[in-house]
Amino acid sequence: MKIAVCIKQVPDTSAALKVKPDGSGVDTEGLEFVISPYDEYGLEEALRTKEKLATGEVVVVGLGPERVAKALRSGLAMGADRAVHLADAAFDGSDAIATARALAAALKKAGPFDLVWAGKEATDDGMSTVGAALAEFLGIPHASEVKKAELSADKTSITCWSEVEGGTAVVEVKLPAVLTAQKGLNEPRYASLKGIMMAKKKELATYTPADLGLSAEQVGKGGSRSEVLKVEPPPKKQTNTKLIKDLEPDAAAKELVRLLREEAKVI
Amino acid sequence: MGSEIWVVAEHRGGQLRRPTLEALGAARQLATAAGAAVAAVVLGKNAGGLAAELGTHGAARVLWVDEENLDVYSSGGYTHALTELARAHKPLAIVFAASSQARDFAPRLAARLDTGLLPDCIELGWDAASGRVSAKRFINSGKALATVQVKTSPALVTTRPKAFAPAGADGAGAETVKCDLKVDAAQCYGKVKEYEQPAATKVELTEADVVVSGGRGMKGPAEFAVLEELAQVLGAAIGASRAAVDAGWREHAAQVGQTGKVVTPKLYIACGISGAIQHLVGMTNSKIIVAINKDADAPLMKLADYAVVGDLFQLVPALTQEFKRVLEK
Repeated sequence: MKIAVCIKQVPDTSAALKVKPDGSGVDTEGLEFVISPYDEYGLEEALRTKEKLATGEVVVVGLGPERVAKALRSGLAMGADRAVHLADAAFDGSDAIATARALAAALKKAGPFDLVWAGKEATDDGMSTVGAALAEFLGIPHASEVKKAELSADKTSITCWSEVEGGTAVVEVKLPAVLTAQKGLNEPRYASLKGIMMAKKKELATYTPADLGLSAEQVGKGGSRSEVLKVEPPPKKQTNTKLIKDLEPDAAAKELVRLLREEAKVI
Repeated sequence: MGSEIWVVAEHRGGQLRRPTLEALGAARQLATAAGAAVAAVVLGKNAGGLAAELGTHGAARVLWVDEENLDVYSSGGYTHALTELARAHKPLAIVFAASSQARDFAPRLAARLDTGLLPDCIELGWDAASGRVSAKRFINSGKALATVQVKTSPALVTTRPKAFAPAGADGAGAETVKCDLKVDAAQCYGKVKEYEQPAATKVELTEADVVVSGGRGMKGPAEFAVLEELAQVLGAAIGASRAAVDAGWREHAAQVGQTGKVVTPKLYIACGISGAIQHLVGMTNSKIIVAINKDADAPLMKLADYAVVGDLFQLVPALTQEFKRVLEK
């Protein structure tokens, strides 16, 4: 089975962020970058499937500037067999749909694949868009926010348990398909020292739009139907914290309930 | 260019889901700014009964598709039907509630219509000069706020739960238009086979008016019982910090914060949560925040509107009793 895993490199989720003074975006100067956590769940699942079947290939695919090669190498160190990097300035400024279009073209070139994993969202833009749009460009089914997946015995379909409001939806999709990974799917492994050493020797191909047969109107800003006008710091909530202390539990509870009803008026 | 703003109704078991009314509220604002009318779209089988409710809440027209293969939701079925409808009627924008369902099919629809999608918006805007829809949405888990514009129509936008007031029941009623279109089973790409729902009627975390959350200070899974009692009295949903989820005390669906859910209830009660940045980004926009903690210096105690210092295992049961007393009156 050939499995592709789309990974995005994002600022370390624990990092504090600054917005550029001109409002053009987040200031990435000096930030640590990591593989978006949800993509790691997808990669781990792909690796486990390959190990279970004891055959097949796992390919990590990423789009973005030069630094993205590091994320792809991390994927190789975890156990992926080869990597594909959509690396060209022409890809800059791609919105989620343009990104999905380019990834779909790359998967056609590097594939075909039986299964494609992506994170349910990237922790930077939080669009939750690329996975399903990718399936659309490939003309194949998808399942979203998957927390458990079971391949059928004949490997022609996969049953997915997806988190939905108030419960779980169960969907069976035919392969090839795109699945987007939700937390809870698995616990991703750490790369071993041996894995890190081996990753250096694995193939990392780079694709340009021309390699993929994509024109300037199909990638980057020209290929995007949405554009970011401004990025600003989030509004700061003004709080005057009222401290309730040194009271017996019953008295504290009484006081809090009174404040919530009479002052905050939320109950 | 069309002159309608559409809302796609989300329904399950014959009931309109509440966030659809919020999307309708957002669509009404946008329609007023753009000088457009509001229409709702209902996809399903025998789901025409929802038209009246949508009309009451401000849809002037309800486009209704009655189709065997839309009996249950599927990303392919919804994408196909909405593509056909949008190409025929050319709406300015299509608004959906940001839900697992919208996240599942809206990207497919945007790709097929070759248009822009802005998910999880907290504010919508209209630029009269360019005739474009814009929206504000948080990025990097709320660490920054982006204003994004769609260059094409229909603009697809989804509304973050609780960010928009639900549309009031002051509408004049809708003209119902039955639209004939076919959906083949093969176009569905796999239908939902079943919904597994917990036995207890659970309040959805992102849609709840009140959220009671527990963190490391809960000490263990069994101890969440005190929060469940409080939640029951308040009709609240139960949340948890990443520490509590990673410890295996609560399932991931309850996690509030980065790599979990973003909640914006009217009242958020945090019990034994110190307030790591990764938790704060998930609840900081709650209207009123109560923190209960032994440590008066915990970061969340400084962010809270009301910070109660003390032992949560004494305070929470006392709070439950007091709420019970006043709410039963």
